[in-house]
Amino acid sequence: MTEVTTLDTRLAASPGMVDGPRGAKPKRAISPRNVFIYGTLLLFSVYYLLPLYVMIVTSLKGMPEIRLGNIFAPPVEITFEPWVKAWATACTGLNCEGLSRGFWNSVQITVPSVVLSIAIASVNGYALANWRFKGADVFFTILIFGAFIPYQVMLYPIVILLRELGIYGTLWGLILVHTIFGMPILTLLFRNYFTTVPQELFKAARVDGAGFWGIYFKIMLPMSLPIFVVAIIIQITGIWNDFLFGVVYTKPDVYPMTVQLNNIVNSVQGVKEYNVNMAATIITGLVPLFIYFVSGKLFVRGIAAGAVKG
Amino acid sequence: MTSVSIRDLTLKFGSLEILKSLNIDIDEGEFLVLLGPSGCGKSTLLNCIAGLLDISDGQIFIGGNNVTWSQPSERGIGMVFQSYALYPQMSVEGNLAFGLKNARMPKDEIAKRIARAAEVLQIEPLLKRKPAQLSGGQRQRVAIGRALVRDVDVFLFDEPLSNLDAKLRAELRVEIKRLHHRLKNTMIYVTHDQIEALTLADRIAIMRNGIIQQLDTPNEIYNRPVNLYVAGFMGSPGMNFVEGELSHHSEAALNFGSTKVPLGRYPFASDDRPGKAIFGIRPEHVSCGAAASDEPFSVDVEIEVVEPMGADTLVWAVLDGREFRFRVDGQSELRAGQTTRIGFDPAKASIFDAQTELRL
Repeated sequence: MTEVTTLDTRLAASPGMVDGPRGAKPKRAISPRNVFIYGTLLLFSVYYLLPLYVMIVTSLKGMPEIRLGNIFAPPVEITFEPWVKAWATACTGLNCEGLSRGFWNSVQITVPSVVLSIAIASVNGYALANWRFKGADVFFTILIFGAFIPYQVMLYPIVILLRELGIYGTLWGLILVHTIFGMPILTLLFRNYFTTVPQELFKAARVDGAGFWGIYFKIMLPMSLPIFVVAIIIQITGIWNDFLFGVVYTKPDVYPMTVQLNNIVNSVQGVKEYNVNMAATIITGLVPLFIYFVSGKLFVRGIAAGAVKG
Repeated sequence: MTSVSIRDLTLKFGSLEILKSLNIDIDEGEFLVLLGPSGCGKSTLLNCIAGLLDISDGQIFIGGNNVTWSQPSERGIGMVFQSYALYPQMSVEGNLAFGLKNARMPKDEIAKRIARAAEVLQIEPLLKRKPAQLSGGQRQRVAIGRALVRDVDVFLFDEPLSNLDAKLRAELRVEIKRLHHRLKNTMIYVTHDQIEALTLADRIAIMRNGIIQQLDTPNEIYNRPVNLYVAGFMGSPGMNFVEGELSHHSEAALNFGSTKVPLGRYPFASDDRPGKAIFGIRPEHVSCGAAASDEPFSVDVEIEVVEPMGADTLVWAVLDGREFRFRVDGQSELRAGQTTRIGFDPAKASIFDAQTELRL
């Protein structure tokens, strides 16, 4: 019986039910499960971090110290000379301006490519997800099919196309190529994200009198920051790290950083300056690395959001 | 005056007919509920009226204008959705103003309308908040407000209460009814909840597979369903159905097993009567115990299960080998295993042709 005054619903104590475990089950700190999880994590961390460690350490040594051959040993005498040389005076072919010129070329290639490709792909994705126009499925299939064609097949035809357009060997030619090749995967990304936005929101906006662009700019854009971050990361790292298109579609004075890095590292004349090579490689990789660190959290959230529905 | 008029509306997706040549006329200020199970086309019909779906054939008139080809925003409708569909990045005020800004309305007029809607719906303290900071009930109120500020003739509700918990649903239901009394707009309301339909509607349209089964007042639909489907769909617990033979010797009667129900008091719609028929009686039209003997028909049944529900108790019994439910008041002392006498007035029953399932 429930006591009205105390709201006590227990029956009178019955014998034999008092002893035994009570409350939360205790957890052991060192269990096979934990050992396995943390052991694996540790192993893979070392596996991935060791090369980075060697690179940083080597780039801070002078050449005499490197010749001793202890690649894991920390530098006895720290020098930043190789970094300065890699950035400003390392020679590729005839000019000796280091990576700095390649860096600015890469910036000039990456920024417009990223902005253009994302702007177009997001509108594509939005149209495909929300405005079911005639032939939408065919269009989408063709676009996705484009993602599976190996780049090598299209290398030469594109050379001809760019030549006919008169932009072969220029920055804008490369920007155009990057924008087009980013289209399939980005459109897919945006389409999948926009299909997760409730259809009723879109309907409500239509009842409220918003049109194609009104809904895109006022409703969809403000809601899709995470997926834009994902797209930006994919594009910046992809375009920044691109080597193939850079070496095929540009000329030496507009080479992107990756091509220049290759030319520095793979030069066959003179002594191999390992410290300069290491420094140059790290400098080239800094941009994607920076992007990952800054946007890691948003990246994960965006990937998760885009992955809910396909 | 007719507010919304639907003429031969047909919707096809490929070869699949979703809505089949529907005709509805809705009077000005009327509250029409579209009721049916999921997949019956009721929400689709609402979307067609709103202009969110292009129809395959037919015409739609709203306020005397042919809006068949008009954009949703030009039709003079406001719509409230199940998931509220508030724009998450805008404040409540921004949500209310969005449609008006799109219509390029002057700022002071927008402010005036928002103030009025906020007052009607009592959401003034919430105007600066974002939708994420509101409870479900508050969100739905804002969603209604968004339709309200546009000063439209017709409100469309697409299952607006389905996302709310039972208590809030009951509260908001009354509020919508009050709102209707106050605004006197035409309202079209889609739901699968028959309580909502019965409480709110001036008229209910029961739909199934894209066809309207019955369009009538709640009372008429509940007490005189036109076919077996409507009879079975309305009411919870549902109507008891018994299949039997109609005999029409000296007095009409229904025979099943060893039981004979006299139908002299039943108002038959026509004289054309087939042999096989289905007899239906609602659980609450059955009386039990001493009162049963006063009814025109009474019989002994064995009680199988008793379900007390607080206000009343539902009893599952066996009548001549068939399951039979009836409702008694909550204080009933009936227990499983007992035998009791039940009775009812056949005038309150519904009888359907076993073949066509239409009311006789």
